[in-house]
Amino acid sequence: MNVLVILIPVSLILGGLGLVAFLWTVRSDQYDDDQGNAARILLDDD
Amino acid sequence: MTAACAACSVAPLAEETAKARGQQFALPGIHCAACIGKIERGLASLPGAGDVRVNLSLKRLSISGPAPADRILTALSDLGYEAYPLDTEALARASDSEGRTLLTRLAVAGFAMMNVMLLSVAVWSGATDATRDLFHLISALITLPVIAYSGQPFYQNAWKALRVRRLNMDVPISLAILLAAGMSLFETLMSGKHAYFDAALSLTFFLLIGRYLDHRTRSHARSAAKELTALEVPTAQRVEGESLRSVRIDAIARDDELQVPSGGRMPVDGILLSDTALLDRSFLTGESAAQTVASGDAVQAGEINLGAPLRLRATAVGEDTSLRRMAALVETAENARNSYTALADRAAQTYAPAVHLLALAAFLGWFFYDGDIRHAINVAIAVLIITCPCALGLAVPAVSTAAISRLFSAGVLVKHATALERLAEVDHVVFDKTGTLTKPSVVVPEQMTAEQRDIALSLAQHSAHPLSKAVVTALKGATPVFLTDLTEHPGHGIAAVSAGVPVKLGRGAWLDADFDGLGLRIGTAPALPFEVPDALRPGVKEALSGLNLPAEVLTGDAPAPAKLLADRLGLPVRAQARPEDKLARLDALKAEGRHVLMVGDGLNDTAALAAAHASIAPASALDASRNAADVVIMTDGLESLPLILRIARATRDLSKQNFSIATIYNIIAVPAALAGYATPLAAALAMSISSITVLLNSARMRSVK
Repeated sequence: MNVLVILIPVSLILGGLGLVAFLWTVRSDQYDDDQGNAARILLDDD
Repeated sequence: MTAACAACSVAPLAEETAKARGQQFALPGIHCAACIGKIERGLASLPGAGDVRVNLSLKRLSISGPAPADRILTALSDLGYEAYPLDTEALARASDSEGRTLLTRLAVAGFAMMNVMLLSVAVWSGATDATRDLFHLISALITLPVIAYSGQPFYQNAWKALRVRRLNMDVPISLAILLAAGMSLFETLMSGKHAYFDAALSLTFFLLIGRYLDHRTRSHARSAAKELTALEVPTAQRVEGESLRSVRIDAIARDDELQVPSGGRMPVDGILLSDTALLDRSFLTGESAAQTVASGDAVQAGEINLGAPLRLRATAVGEDTSLRRMAALVETAENARNSYTALADRAAQTYAPAVHLLALAAFLGWFFYDGDIRHAINVAIAVLIITCPCALGLAVPAVSTAAISRLFSAGVLVKHATALERLAEVDHVVFDKTGTLTKPSVVVPEQMTAEQRDIALSLAQHSAHPLSKAVVTALKGATPVFLTDLTEHPGHGIAAVSAGVPVKLGRGAWLDADFDGLGLRIGTAPALPFEVPDALRPGVKEALSGLNLPAEVLTGDAPAPAKLLADRLGLPVRAQARPEDKLARLDALKAEGRHVLMVGDGLNDTAALAAAHASIAPASALDASRNAADVVIMTDGLESLPLILRIARATRDLSKQNFSIATIYNIIAVPAALAGYATPLAAALAMSISSITVLLNSARMRSVK
């Protein structure tokens, strides 16, 4: 059961990292043009 | 005047707007990656364009450079895209802070839900005693702060309703979340077996999804409305001594002298100072023929100047103009429309009290049955959690978000929150004629030579008259030639010299010809007539055959063109209808129990647009009409009309199906909860499954053709 002492913080930290990454994407306007971003990947240049 | 200077008259205004900051344009026609690439590459080479960026979701183009707006518009139309300049001031980049907060709350709830779920799975799969208590405690540590943060929108709405002694959907939601968390904390401290932390969190999470979708729909509608106001760049040219200054319309005072460029709209009511002017009054009267007014006559805001630039003295500004007064009338009519109760609200009104009564009954029943308060409370809370309208909260927003974005990609803006529900009930359609079903067009005579076509095109390009624009459209493919000594004769036509030969495009009488319509004369050769029929807007025939509903036309135009249209479309047409007549006809239809859809663009239609059960306006409509309409069609044609109605009906049907799914789920789950068999695992499963079913069902909106 001692493994829990490591595993629980690890799961919380990993989840927390995901949360922080998501909050960063929200703050930096990455959801302003979801359709455009989906389409841009098909462009040849730039 | 030389050929080069035909553009000079427009340039000052364009530069003025450009200097302010980046420019924005609406591009209703873009839909794919190829469009983005084509526009961004095509405009990058334009001098002064600066940074060019297309936003596909908003169908908007931003340009950071100072390139004049008219040049960008020309470049865009050469690339084959419709574009309208937007007033950046009106858009004001109202960054969507509320949506952002909701998204953050949603993310935090999702993070906490997944972690707690992980711990709950351990408990469900058999953790006991100290391990279980530890897991419950950790869950409590995660859950309580997250619920305090993420659940705020529900608590605030519930409190707002309770303060005025009313119930809304958020009251049972808040109760369920708070009681579940509170009871679970108590159970944890008492080493109890059941804790509902995961249920409290997944409730918050799923309901926040619904809330976020709902918010997106609303803010879409709001920004659509904002975009419509932004379509009209609100500047006018004020005469100050010898020079012209471009000022915002709200800065115009009475007795200011203003200049209106050819093709421009009167910004305010006033008195004509120029000798004569040719005005398009169809927005006010529906009459398709242009009217000549003389010096000293009154002109009204919204009328279009078809001739040379004219001057007027402002007599009524701001709220006093006839345009504004008409808009105020519309607002009163709109309030009546706002009283329409949306499907979701009707559901909430019956649902919320029922849930509370059921939970109370469960508590009292168990309390009197075995006298165990703790058990009775547990069952009551389980009932609240199970019945909590997770699926109900998602039922309408999930569908209408899908519908509105479907329509948006078809070039249709939905402005009003309940517009789709009202459109679904429509069973009778009333059209306006001029500007809605028809627009002026020009037929190029067969025997016209290539040289004549080139000259006609070059002449027409220098005039803002609707007929000239129609000539330009009709002569697509001809190559413009170099013209000098270009002059526009208001009410007559446009004259110039091409390679030493005088050329003229204009009214027959002015060309010394024996016909009265539009003609072209080169040198001393006899003038060539153009045919000028009232052409149908593209897509009208398809729209009418696709509608399958009784339709009629009400027009302010004279009986002759109205009759012509009636024969062509096979619809009943009523000519010379004044705004009051249109309104009276709508009221008569309403009295017959009909739900009328009004499609119109003119100022004479605004009252009818606002009074109808639902209303649609084309993008070319006057802003008062667009404001009055529920839905605005941004593309040139009307062919999307049947699609709008089909999507509206599909929205209603799918929402109702979602309500049925939620009800069926409750019918199964509530008896189990009442009997005291609802474990936290059962609650979590039932809640997730019902929410996901509702979301999947809403995704069927994509298959509506």
